[in-house]
Amino acid sequence: MQIGLTHILVLSATLFFIGVYGFLTRKNLISMLMSIELMLNSANLNFIAFNKYVWPNKLEGLFFTLFIIAIAAAEAAVAMAIIIQVYRQFKSVDVDEPTIMKE
Amino acid sequence: MGIEFSDIIFYLLAFMMIGFAVLSVTTRQLFRAAIYLLFSLVSVAGIYFWMEANFVAAVQIIVYVGGIVVVIIFSILLTQQAGAEMPKPSLSKKLWSFLAAGSGLGILLLQILKLQLGTVNAKGALFDVKAIGRELIDIDTHGWALPFEVVSMLLLASMIGCIVIALKPGAIIKHEMKES
Repeated sequence: MQIGLTHILVLSATLFFIGVYGFLTRKNLISMLMSIELMLNSANLNFIAFNKYVWPNKLEGLFFTLFIIAIAAAEAAVAMAIIIQVYRQFKSVDVDEPTIMKE
Repeated sequence: MGIEFSDIIFYLLAFMMIGFAVLSVTTRQLFRAAIYLLFSLVSVAGIYFWMEANFVAAVQIIVYVGGIVVVIIFSILLTQQAGAEMPKPSLSKKLWSFLAAGSGLGILLLQILKLQLGTVNAKGALFDVKAIGRELIDIDTHGWALPFEVVSMLLLASMIGCIVIALKPGAIIKHEMKES
């Protein structure tokens, strides 16, 4: 069977659900961020695959990928700032430590 | 029909990507998880190269591998003890997460395999960097000039926001008092 759209869709679905598994099992903020990066990458892979195999003479999927990458970079930077501030306050980056808004 | 060379490359990249992603979400040392994530992202860039989307592959390596993974490694170095292991997630949590992710993956794969998508083998515009640049700053109906500018504003805003969030509490006030 020739490698085409189906193969890449299967690949990106697998990558996405690996990210979901990591997001659900981890408690550490940094490793949850890493799982989110995996999920974003699987979405990018889908955009490029559909662009290449369904509309080869258009560029829409490529631009979506470029903008997702830019927004992911901004997101990672903001997340790092928040993680450092959380660490300063609670001396830990686990998600179940910061509970001050409950009280 | 024999196996072609490019198929072998594809399967190699795919196994690298999935394998390193699995290692990245299951290892208990955070620093190693970041390095595995780096290899997984490099393999994704390899698949972009395989799909002849050279520009996106270059952007993936520059931004993800050179930017985001470095940011993640910095935040690990700033917040973790070196070599410390994360606590194991409880078995029930692992099981339920596996069930959730596995059932979602199963449904999605069933749908994908049912679709019977055909393959188009046309030379695309994906590798034409000149066309990408033209369309990116085009202000006509199919151009992307407005999102381009909006993303630049977003990056500026997030940069300033990061500096403000990561400042020590009271740092600005102290600085102003020193000035006056």
